[in-house]
Amino acid sequence: MNVAEPQSPLTRWLYRAYVAAFFLFLAAPLAAAAMFAFNDSLFPALPWNGFTLAWFFGSERPKIGMFHDRRLLQGLLNSFIVGVVVSGLSVAVGTCNAFLFERRDFPFKAALYLLMIVPLVIPGVILGVSILVFASFIANGIEAATGIGLDVLRPGLFLVVLGQFSFLATITTLIIAARLRKFDVSLEEAALNLGASRARVLATITLRFLAPAMVAAFIVGFLVSFENFNTTLMLVGSDAPLTITMYDRMVKVGATPVLNAVSVFLMLGSGLLALVSIVVQRPRKDA
Amino acid sequence: MARDAGRLSLFLLMAPFLLWIGLLIVLPQLGMVGISFREKLGPGEYAVGVANYAAFFGEPIYWNTLLRTAVMSVLVTLVTLLIGFPVAWYIAKIAPPQAKGGLLLLCLVPLWVSDLVRAFGWIVLLRESGLVSGFLQWAGLVSGPVELLYNDATVVVGLVYTVVLFMIVPLVSTLDGMDDSLLEAGYNLGGNRFTVLRRIVIPYAMPGIVAGCIIVFMLTAGAYLTPVLLGGKNSSWFTQQIYNQFITRYNWEVGSAFGVLLLVFTSFVVWVGLRLTGQSLASTVAKS
Repeated sequence: MNVAEPQSPLTRWLYRAYVAAFFLFLAAPLAAAAMFAFNDSLFPALPWNGFTLAWFFGSERPKIGMFHDRRLLQGLLNSFIVGVVVSGLSVAVGTCNAFLFERRDFPFKAALYLLMIVPLVIPGVILGVSILVFASFIANGIEAATGIGLDVLRPGLFLVVLGQFSFLATITTLIIAARLRKFDVSLEEAALNLGASRARVLATITLRFLAPAMVAAFIVGFLVSFENFNTTLMLVGSDAPLTITMYDRMVKVGATPVLNAVSVFLMLGSGLLALVSIVVQRPRKDA
Repeated sequence: MARDAGRLSLFLLMAPFLLWIGLLIVLPQLGMVGISFREKLGPGEYAVGVANYAAFFGEPIYWNTLLRTAVMSVLVTLVTLLIGFPVAWYIAKIAPPQAKGGLLLLCLVPLWVSDLVRAFGWIVLLRESGLVSGFLQWAGLVSGPVELLYNDATVVVGLVYTVVLFMIVPLVSTLDGMDDSLLEAGYNLGGNRFTVLRRIVIPYAMPGIVAGCIIVFMLTAGAYLTPVLLGGKNSSWFTQQIYNQFITRYNWEVGSAFGVLLLVFTSFVVWVGLRLTGQSLASTVAKS
């Protein structure tokens, strides 16, 4: 008998129903958003007019599918570029940080560790505006001193990258540091005793051990970057990532089923990537 | 020699960290604080003063919005805890071991989809021509279309949906470590369900509860998309005020003051929460 479970059959049944209802609650909006991507109608609403793929592949007005919508595709491309750059940068810095905090001792370590966590508890909107203010401050200073206008420091994709990186680096650091903590240092010592150089030990033993965590951190970073809205909104210029493009469309034109189609595309993409990250992190027998 | 090399490598290892934290976190935050104390006198003319903060306290709409955001965030945090705890308990204590991982993964699924898609899903479900309204009409419960969007209850539901995972994950990881014999002992000593819950389960789960509540509160108070899309133009979330000052009105001075106020306020709430329960930030946030 499970002592943690409700004892009477009725309450046990009610409890299960509650948990089932909770998962239904989790699935409901996603299912609703996905469903209307396939409805042959101009609005993502009932009645159901039959199945269509026009909102994905359609090329004629009024049903221009997402794969023929130039602005959505541009947004997708922008998001992809930003995501790859941000997660690459975050994994690189995160790996350094992991070694710094797991392997080294230095003054004020505890305080600096706390500072490393801080970006996670600053609201995204505030991270965004503070970086916006700081970047314009520097750009204005340079312009006043040298007369060179630095457009990179004005709202645009570069600032979006910086803004997302500012909190993603914390996430990647935590993921990679957790794996480094499990590493058995005697493996490194053994390799050094056998005559390997430090660089070689790092490349063939330590980094290989960390690789699954680095890949997982990259994927998590990519997904978080792709779906980020708050920080991005404050830093975006004329080139918008996908979430901002979708938001603009929703506010200005209203919801059309092409947004449902993009949602389905994103769900499939993220689901696939999340699956990959789980498979990569699963302990293998030979590792 | 070896000492110097050690120092050099420590310095190299620390450089990315210092650049990141210094240039993207510490200096921008200080800059924002600085600008919030700057008064615009004319084009290019500034003075130091607290006029931007005076603007906040002088205009009831501003501090009412912050107050409203705070109350709603606390409400969302409590609702999330009440909804999430039984689910976390089920996953950690009742579900068969082989199903645990799968159930937890199922909880994470909405996390992998953009906030925007989630809010969009709720719009499709709840608006006047939406699925729920259609269902209610079909079932004969209402006579005409009902608009379920643009009210506070919907904003709470949407926010709870967005953040509930951040409550469940820390709860499951704390409850997982609890031995069932603690419960048995409680019952054997004559405790009923309620006493066991209050005297054994809740104290044991406290670290998870605190961690979950802090993350949920921060996420809710800093939310932008869900209140704006589900609450409509009048949802008046404080982040919306910050956005308006910065982007729409281009008033960076007042906007910065608002940003500082939000930051100070949320940090204060988190600090009080940690103090009351005797936890530390590193131990709660870093774990999840």
